[in-house]
Amino acid sequence: MRRIYITLLFLISIGAANANEETFITLSSTTSTDNSGLLEYLIPKFKNKTGINVRVIAVGTGRALQLGERGDADAVLVHHKTSEERFVENGFGIERRDVMYNDYVIVGPRKDPANIQDTRHAAQAFKLISKNRVPFISRGDDSGTHKKELELWSLASVDAQQYSGEWYREAGAGMGATLNIANGMDAYALTDRGTWLSFKNRDELALLFENDPPLFNQYGIILVNPERHEHIKYTEAKQFSDWLISNEGQQAIAEFTLKGQQLFFPNAQREIATFETE
Amino acid sequence: MVLVLNDFSQAFSKAFQLIFHLDPALLEIIGLSLRVSMTAVLIASIIGLPLGAALALYKFYGRGLVVALLNAFMGLPPVVVGLVVYLMLSRSGPFGVLGLLFTPTAMIIAQVCLITPIIAALTRQTILDANVEYYEQLRALGAKASRMMKTLLWETRFSLLTGVFAGFGRAIAEVGAVLIVGGNINHATRVMTTAIALETRKGDIELALALGIILIAISLIVTSIVMSARHAAYQHHN
Repeated sequence: MRRIYITLLFLISIGAANANEETFITLSSTTSTDNSGLLEYLIPKFKNKTGINVRVIAVGTGRALQLGERGDADAVLVHHKTSEERFVENGFGIERRDVMYNDYVIVGPRKDPANIQDTRHAAQAFKLISKNRVPFISRGDDSGTHKKELELWSLASVDAQQYSGEWYREAGAGMGATLNIANGMDAYALTDRGTWLSFKNRDELALLFENDPPLFNQYGIILVNPERHEHIKYTEAKQFSDWLISNEGQQAIAEFTLKGQQLFFPNAQREIATFETE
Repeated sequence: MVLVLNDFSQAFSKAFQLIFHLDPALLEIIGLSLRVSMTAVLIASIIGLPLGAALALYKFYGRGLVVALLNAFMGLPPVVVGLVVYLMLSRSGPFGVLGLLFTPTAMIIAQVCLITPIIAALTRQTILDANVEYYEQLRALGAKASRMMKTLLWETRFSLLTGVFAGFGRAIAEVGAVLIVGGNINHATRVMTTAIALETRKGDIELALALGIILIAISLIVTSIVMSARHAAYQHHN
């Protein structure tokens, strides 16, 4: 019996010793930045410069903001400006900054049954999908992409919710899972370009619509308000935010490519940012 | 059907590639999976074995209710356990000051919650059965319940391993709880199951399936090692 306890204590002590001492911040972000490989590209550069590691929790924008609100992340890098501004107004976060933008594309069955390929506007494409009642897979998970999609439906003056369970299907899933479903059901879906480019299980799924301003998508970084949670690593998180909008950070974002394509376009407004030290 | 077979053969060759190249990222993930689940099994056994034995041997008011709850908790949904542990460990929760969220420790806690009922319930049944067999003998020797508990746990140790295995199987295969409380952070809290879920989400079915094959192989290896140790001990014992 004693031997068992000794073994046990040994194993637990290994577990405890493994809790390494490195300096890190926790960043809650979205699947689009993480799954595309952008953060994996940026973080080592930042770590080299500052010695600070960044641990990424990749979830939807809604959940990422909630993690910040509860104090479970030090900074939030997400893409839905309205929610982000509300987050700051409510006092959960401070110092929101524009970092970069990327864009969304509409994918669907290669045969394009709703004929969206020849349209000029995203809203028009959505209208055609609803008119032809071709299945559309919605993220349905309160993510930034989901919110964008709802905006596009309202631009198209279509109340898609009303057809939920018919041609409009709410997956309640991440981007990749949603694409997997779209592939399986010969359905349309809205996706960020990065996830689409790195997505492998395409089969008959093809990119059918792109390059329309309403499809552009702004990313912002917000620091979690240290006055609400005293353990928040404000100084380190601030360093990360500063680095992202610095020349070096912005250039690194522009340099990142996936299959030869630039995915994220830096657009930080530095002259404003430098005054945000208070 | 041919397509499916093709998928599987690709996944198998991918799995072999990963293993033979001793991919460091993969080794890290396997190591963490084993560390988390084995620690969880050990802790759950320390709680579950005596608890199950006590429920079999001690009579007290409300025992039926405790037993019913225990049996029901064998089927606890991992996502719910993950959420509850998350709320407890979140910085806004009661144990937030400990800073355990998104660490392997948080994952161990969630798995202990999941598998302790399994180990305890199966232990209770084993001890109950054994008690019938040994009751007269032990009573004749005038053994107290506490003494009986020790003796019975020791005498049935080989059978009890089955319950411990059931716990280990559930822990190593579980994804819902560790995803929520661990966060699937690369190089920190990513384990086999969350890595599989991630690759599936990315649409890399081949890699996901390859990782799945490796996970099953690991479970098989761990099980056979303990089984053969048990067999050797059993031979020695008799």
